[in-house]
Amino acid sequence: MRVELTVNGETRAVEVEPRISLLDCLRERLLLTGAHAGCEHGVCGACTVLVDGAPVRSCLMFAVQADGYAITTIEGVAPGPGELSPIQDAFCETHGMQCGYCTPAMILAAHALLADNPAPTREQIVDAISANICRCTGYAQIVEAIALAAERMRGLNQPVCRP
Amino acid sequence: MNAKQFRFVSGDRRVREDRRFVVGKGRFAADIAAPGMRHVALVTSPHPAARILAIDKIEALSVPGVHYVLDGRELAAATQPLLAGLDTPKVPRRPLAVDVARYAGEWVAAVVADTRALAEDAAELVRVHYEPLPFVLDGETAYAPGSPIVHVDHGSNVLIDRTFVWGEVEKDFAESPHHLSLRLRWGRSSTVPIETFAVLANWDPWRELLDVYASVQMPRFPEQVALALKLPGSAVRVHNDVDVGGSYGVKRGIKHAVLVGYLSRRLGFPVRLVEDRLENMRGGDGHGPERNFDIEVAFDDSGVIRSMKMRALDNVGAYAGRSPFQLGKPIGAIVGPYRINSVQYRAIAVTSNKTVQEAVRAFGQSPTNYAIERAIEEVARHRGLDRLEVRRRNLIRAEQFPYLIPSGTTYDSGDYHAVIDKVIARANYAGLLAERDRLRRQGLLAGIGIAACLEPSGANSTFEPLLNPKNETTTYSDSCRINVDLSGAVTATIHTLSAGQGHETLVATVIGEVLEIDPDRIRVVRPDSLSSLPSQSPVGSRMAIMLGGAAFHAAQKLKARLLAIAAHDLKIPLERATYDAGHVFDRVALQNRRSWAELVTIAHRHFHRLPPGTEPGLAFTHVMQVPTGGQLPTADGRVQMYPCFAFEFHLLLIAIDPDLGNPEIKHYFVGHDCGTVINPKIVRGMTMGGIAHGIGAALYEEFAYDAQGQLLAQSLMDYLLPSAHEVPPVDIVHHVTPSPHTVFGQKGSGESGYLGAPAAIASAVNDAVSPLGIVVNSLPIKMAQLADLIAAARDKSKARP
Repeated sequence: MRVELTVNGETRAVEVEPRISLLDCLRERLLLTGAHAGCEHGVCGACTVLVDGAPVRSCLMFAVQADGYAITTIEGVAPGPGELSPIQDAFCETHGMQCGYCTPAMILAAHALLADNPAPTREQIVDAISANICRCTGYAQIVEAIALAAERMRGLNQPVCRP
Repeated sequence: MNAKQFRFVSGDRRVREDRRFVVGKGRFAADIAAPGMRHVALVTSPHPAARILAIDKIEALSVPGVHYVLDGRELAAATQPLLAGLDTPKVPRRPLAVDVARYAGEWVAAVVADTRALAEDAAELVRVHYEPLPFVLDGETAYAPGSPIVHVDHGSNVLIDRTFVWGEVEKDFAESPHHLSLRLRWGRSSTVPIETFAVLANWDPWRELLDVYASVQMPRFPEQVALALKLPGSAVRVHNDVDVGGSYGVKRGIKHAVLVGYLSRRLGFPVRLVEDRLENMRGGDGHGPERNFDIEVAFDDSGVIRSMKMRALDNVGAYAGRSPFQLGKPIGAIVGPYRINSVQYRAIAVTSNKTVQEAVRAFGQSPTNYAIERAIEEVARHRGLDRLEVRRRNLIRAEQFPYLIPSGTTYDSGDYHAVIDKVIARANYAGLLAERDRLRRQGLLAGIGIAACLEPSGANSTFEPLLNPKNETTTYSDSCRINVDLSGAVTATIHTLSAGQGHETLVATVIGEVLEIDPDRIRVVRPDSLSSLPSQSPVGSRMAIMLGGAAFHAAQKLKARLLAIAAHDLKIPLERATYDAGHVFDRVALQNRRSWAELVTIAHRHFHRLPPGTEPGLAFTHVMQVPTGGQLPTADGRVQMYPCFAFEFHLLLIAIDPDLGNPEIKHYFVGHDCGTVINPKIVRGMTMGGIAHGIGAALYEEFAYDAQGQLLAQSLMDYLLPSAHEVPPVDIVHHVTPSPHTVFGQKGSGESGYLGAPAAIASAVNDAVSPLGIVVNSLPIKMAQLADLIAAARDKSKARP
């Protein structure tokens, strides 16, 4: 059946089988391979994308269910070719990854967190990524990346207030 | 050598690979598609052991879009068995079962269809008729006479049973006033990368060339695939520019690649297999060691251990690959960091009707470290001594390096006491003890965990000739090529895939260090296997030593050439030519100099200005032999196993709710000495990841089977990987004892953290439950099991009059 997906601000019509997951549709039909399959049963979080700004496991959602929602994938995060968002740059600064397989999902989870909470505590960061499994890092440098990004983003476009 | 001597080495520099991953532009095997590609799904055995009577493919083949159903007989007729490590020709291993299935989940047939979904649908329509056979799951049962035999032609389940005696073990035991023995169990777990195994094979019948894109970490992968497919090595082109989504040892993938390679040749189109999680966990052949230890130690009144006897029995599952060698590597660190005078080691590998074992991070050393550390703690308990003090008394002292251990390996360097002192100071050990006691007064079970462990690094596959007399491997090379093009740009090569270890950053940093140029200006590429120099893949914490070493030596050759060209062109003796950040000047007349650009032009264009006999261009290779390698083992099994030995000391505080049994790690400290650190961000990440994996192996992760031989952990809901909640902040205390065997004094760190974390957590749990008289000698220590043990101990103490 025909479905209209708004992905990274662009609306695209795709003819899909009703049973195809949003993940498979993004990867195979729209060639957006930044979302990864890890378990395909909703535990590892490697397939996380943002649906209307909220992190969603794209392996547990059918493409047809995503019709009409605003989907953000990792391909929609960098501001321009060769550029990085503050969160992406912070992940590079702390080396908040190793193999890079869970990384796009981690960054999207971080985006969702920082959109709601510009000054998260360590516990809040841990909570926000606790549904995303990373097997490489032991999470320390990921948590630091998100804290660093938050700190830097709080500094952006803010009036300098000194007592 | 210290960090101040370096321009780039040890600097807190970014990891260049990260830029592609943060934007989702990694290139993983499942991201690669070929036009006309078809997909595979597997038909798997529901029985732990069964004869395959018939495979009825008709119904599956009648589904539109289904192209083929391959069975084991057809594949076996066209291919060779996969390479085994030990000399066990009657234990053939093939991608698909032939006539007999030997574990639940074993691949019996492969369905090829237009889409993976169609292939899965059709796999359900393949009717396989089985006759169930007797099976065996437990390793000790499989070893005992009368057990069902997994490979009848082999005559037993024993793949290897060899006893080594190094030194006067019986004499040392007779002369020691105290002995104790214990039995330990290391449960079956694995590394479980988030990316399952994926491979795409594309046979070109006109070029007679098989292109392979795979998420692999396997020594000699291209050659092994070619051998099994009966192709010359030059007909298999493995693409090294594929990112591997985690491996930590298990991404071996020979059977997967042989399967799709055969299908692509047979069917004439590209074929891809991307395992789903169930295929991965049941039949991906990625389980880790499942090992029983029986240990005896002989020691004196002060807890100093004189001798040790260790029996290790490993249940390797239904077939034998390289996994039995995981009993061999620990021989190179069989006494851990301790001065034990003599050792008897019995290594037994048995087959069973479980999923096949493959290489897992540390290659058997982590279980062995756990066993040694448990023994040390029992010695302390026996003598009523402090656990830390007993370790200190037994540790090799800094002045004793290089230190020869009974099994023939010489440890390169270390200062174990200094590392421990640093950690004790950082952790405020007295404060930690006080906090433990305070938690105990609050009604919690609280314990301090301690582990002092070694990380052998710089993999030299010496366990191959040690455990297989037909194998005379004495080198395990790795390589690098540097080319300076006419524009003066530097490009270096890596000849293997990477799974997050940052090898591109490593190579650029090392070459930048030698050439004194910004590493960010150095391009690093990965030629395919047909354009590659020898590489054994990133196993055994070897790449900082081996790839780093190869890059160093290739860069030195380049530098030497630039000096020679400049000296010749300046008409000065070579000794006067001085290298400075790419330029060369005359030491006695500084204005006489040749710039990088001039030297490059001479090398590429001005043959008349080159020293006589010099090849034009600037292309340099180095194929590196493992430092200290090159010797076969002695008849009594003494050998220099690995060149370098990193040290880690873990110290943690755990609290356990006595009603729930759930452990909470309150504080975690680790002292780590891996010599000179090339990239601090990478080494820290490796150590943290290793500790997280160790927490999983110690507390959560197990491939458990039921009595019917069915794997119980079939999803990530049953097999629990630590999340950000389960991994505490870890305070890493660094120490640097350079290795004398490596170019910058570096040692390996790829398996760090995992080498000691399971032992440390076992130590903490045992300290916590010791007031109840409980001793836990089995990993993983699961919450429910712990709660039951605590409840039983409390009932017993209540029942006491």
